Amino acid sequence: MNDPLPARLAGISKSYGSTAALDALDLDVRPGETLALLGPNGAGKTTALRVLLGLIKPDAGTATLFGADPRRYQSRRRAGAMLQTGGVPPTATVRELIELFSTYYPQPLAVAESLERAGVAAIANRRFGDLSGGQQQRTLFALAICGNPHLLVLDEPTNNLDIEARRLLWQAIKTFVAGGRSVLIATHDLTEAERLGDRVAVLRAGRIVDDGSVSELIARSAAPTFEGAVLALAGLAPELEEVA
Amino acid sequence: MIAHIYAAEARAELTKLIRLPAYAIPTLVFPVAFYIFFGLVMPQPNGPEAARYLLGSFGAFGTIGAALFGFGVGIAMERGQGWLAVKRASPMPPSAYVVAKVCGSLVAAGITATLLFAVAAFAGHVTLQAAQWASLAAILIFGALPFCAIGLAIGMLVRPNSAAAVVNLVYLPLSFCAGLWVPISQLPHGLRSFAPFLPTYHLGQMALGAVGFGGGSFLGHVAALAGWTFAGLAVAVWTLSRDEGRLYG
Repeated sequence: MNDPLPARLAGISKSYGSTAALDALDLDVRPGETLALLGPNGAGKTTALRVLLGLIKPDAGTATLFGADPRRYQSRRRAGAMLQTGGVPPTATVRELIELFSTYYPQPLAVAESLERAGVAAIANRRFGDLSGGQQQRTLFALAICGNPHLLVLDEPTNNLDIEARRLLWQAIKTFVAGGRSVLIATHDLTEAERLGDRVAVLRAGRIVDDGSVSELIARSAAPTFEGAVLALAGLAPELEEVA
Repeated sequence: MIAHIYAAEARAELTKLIRLPAYAIPTLVFPVAFYIFFGLVMPQPNGPEAARYLLGSFGAFGTIGAALFGFGVGIAMERGQGWLAVKRASPMPPSAYVVAKVCGSLVAAGITATLLFAVAAFAGHVTLQAAQWASLAAILIFGALPFCAIGLAIGMLVRPNSAAAVVNLVYLPLSFCAGLWVPISQLPHGLRSFAPFLPTYHLGQMALGAVGFGGGSFLGHVAALAGWTFAGLAVAVWTLSRDEGRLYG
């Protein structure tokens, strides 16, 4: 039997009341790739990621992490996640949080290495509530990587960060991937998708409308730029350039 | 491996308790303050007797508060912050979260009981046999368990911002109606016959039994509290499946 895919969403549908968030969504993350799930706010990115992590039960379809049901906690031992709503008890220090999360995994990184890789070694003994926005995001990134996972799932990790904080986090993600591991990153930021994604899947109204490398998406589109190609796929007129 | 996670999770919970934010301190201190006011400062016709009686009833009041606030407000806040979601997306065994919170509540109940014991013994001149102190301590610590389950249900059920209000709405009336502030014999007849339906009444009677008052069968009180524990857990399990249908649980 082949090694199962790091992540697979097959025919996932999910509605909140009468609003359909995902409409028979299919999405695979292949070993060693960084897949950017790109779409405007409300396209269903967060729902897709939360189904994959077992936080939401879909109305239809199957989600698997390395071939297993993500709603069982044991299935999440090869994955690390960073959610958009990462509220952390403000009294805990960065080091304590990493030490705690490291116990959840069978073969975690050394705490010093997690601190180093996430760029939080210098603030290890500070309390979470005393950190800046960028430092808090890097701490949440440290919690995502401390278990030495084979798959990282990131939901808009650089949202609301300034340019420097964003650059630092991108660098940390790239270093993580260099070990042959997989990343699924949801973003509405074209630059982020272009910089990090080996492959970009464009999500629109709960479905993938196209996926491929940046150059493939441009080649298939009438537009000469990545931005134009994505805007066309997302169903947004070119003059509406604030994709949000 | 799982014992290792339980230990780490419990340590993190106790660290949180030690670095307690100021707004959480009243929970630990109010029962002692009430005891001093009602038991020691207010003139009582039968002084030492009253101090002993109120040690039992305010002891139960303190335990119930520690568990309801620790669980109800603690969990609701962590749901609201998104911390519970971060943990649920990690490979943390869900039981570790509950076990750690239970440890935190038992320790908080133990702290409140210790403060009360010290005040009762040294300022209230309450004298009990060693076995009575020990059984009261055990009742006040482990009596937190059913209220952990009820707090868990409240914490999962209500909106994060309203958790503190809802817990107070449950805690204060249920304590009063169970005779934890004013002896149950002094309550109006209607309330007196209603009290046995409240979990607070059963813990109160067990604590009073340990200090030489109270009534009813000990096992009967245990059975009633076990029933409330299962009811709380059942509601909590149901809310978990409800949250799986929502974007932000």
